[in-house]
Amino acid sequence: MEKDRKEGIKGMANPGRYGIERVAYWLMRITGLGLLFYFIGHIYETSNLLDGKAAWNSMLELTQTTEGHIFLTLVIGMCVFHTGNGIRLMIGQAGFGLGKPSRADYPYTPKSLNMKGKLCIYVSIGLAALAMMYGLGVMYDV
Amino acid sequence: MTKDGALPKGFERPSSLPSQEKYEKVKSSSKTTTLRISKFNPESDSTSTFSEFKVYYQRWTTVLDAILEVKSNYDHSIGVRYSCRQATCGSCGMIINGKPRLACFTKISELDSDLVTVEPMNNFPIIRDLAVGFERLIATHKRIKPYIIRDDSEVTSETKEFLQSPEDVEKYIQFAGCIKCGLCNSACPTMATDSSFVGPQALAQAYRYVADNRDKGKDERLKIIDEPHGIWRCHFAGSCSQVCPKGVDPAMGIQLLRGYLLGYRK
Amino acid sequence: MMSNIMRESHIMKIHYLTALIAVGFVIIHIMVRVTQGFANSLEFESVIANYKSIPYAIVLEAMLILISVHGFNGLRIILLELKQGNAYENAVTYGCLVAMIALIAYGSRTIIMASMGMVEA
Repeated sequence: MEKDRKEGIKGMANPGRYGIERVAYWLMRITGLGLLFYFIGHIYETSNLLDGKAAWNSMLELTQTTEGHIFLTLVIGMCVFHTGNGIRLMIGQAGFGLGKPSRADYPYTPKSLNMKGKLCIYVSIGLAALAMMYGLGVMYDV
Repeated sequence: MTKDGALPKGFERPSSLPSQEKYEKVKSSSKTTTLRISKFNPESDSTSTFSEFKVYYQRWTTVLDAILEVKSNYDHSIGVRYSCRQATCGSCGMIINGKPRLACFTKISELDSDLVTVEPMNNFPIIRDLAVGFERLIATHKRIKPYIIRDDSEVTSETKEFLQSPEDVEKYIQFAGCIKCGLCNSACPTMATDSSFVGPQALAQAYRYVADNRDKGKDERLKIIDEPHGIWRCHFAGSCSQVCPKGVDPAMGIQLLRGYLLGYRK
Repeated sequence: MMSNIMRESHIMKIHYLTALIAVGFVIIHIMVRVTQGFANSLEFESVIANYKSIPYAIVLEAMLILISVHGFNGLRIILLELKQGNAYENAVTYGCLVAMIALIAYGSRTIIMASMGMVEA
């Protein structure tokens, strides 16, 4: 067996077992990577502008489809969650909203994993869902 | 003893165990569960296997009680580390039903399951069965200089003891409760893949000393943790604080420590 | 290694700063699309007109740089956590840096040429 016996990606990528903060960590990674790959594709997609109207329109034919709209909706959701949770993390990682250190007593509930942080995560997920619905509405002219 | 509690023919009941009558009485008033123990001997096995045992438990029976019952009566070869049995020594950390916990501090009744699976802690090398090696944890703990750093001393004839107000103590006492059980390192998602990460235990201890007003080694410690596999590989997943049995809340310590590096705290 | 050139705390401060500023610019970018009407905003002439507006071109360029820096640093962090070793870590760090510069260069080419009207008929 390997020296450190690391759990590996299976352990890092498992969002279960440890509460909503672990789910938020996992979603943050997934959305970050998803947004990066979308961004690279978006830069390439918009570069078609330089090849003229015909090239631009043929690119639009590829992306302005049902699949394209669903994909863009997912991107909107990823963007809103990543932003909302990112702001929560930046505030938490600066040391704010974590509670004050004090002598620990049974049942030893961690102060840093408080309702404020959990609420921010749920709000980020909720806002992402709302943004996705709004985005779908805009794309389908509702 | 056979797995249903009967003695093999010709054997006398050991005097250390309750009488057969008492045992039958306890058995009839107890519930049963299946205890599934991971077995691995690095000298002879290539992969770990599981052995299952039926155990009786009461409302107060801990997982450690069950493991020791199995070790006494069914399989003497089970390798398990334990000592205080009161969540003080940090010896009996293991994965119980998928989550790192102290075996002495986890009651079978609170697991609410007919099957209790115990495995060695993740991210630690196995010595034998449930006992794991703590070399990495000790090394990272030593790295952050877990002692008061200052030029003067309080043990000379001319000096007095360093006084602290209750408010000063309150700032770090929570983090001084660390029993080095390693559950946080086992739960951490970064530790799952990063061999060079310092780990939540060491980072929380770094904060314990930085927050102690007797200590003058803040800059030294901040320099040690300000590196690619230091404090910045913590992403506030909070799993360390979820599993800490002593309320140390390593996640809080790490984020407060980060405040020094980001310039929010001086 | 990157840590020899820049401390990890400085890299992470840049990571946080680019995130915060990029959010503002992305909101502007989306607002422009939405207020123009989604279908209209994707018309070729409409897009070219947007690029020719210097303030909007600056917004696009800023977004390109900020999001590239933030995104590729994030990728670097994820890759560094997956595997360790000097050769691998150097390869990941410099690889992400090169990819970031390449993407910024490619995107800037589009923005600059479109804003200068150097578009095929």
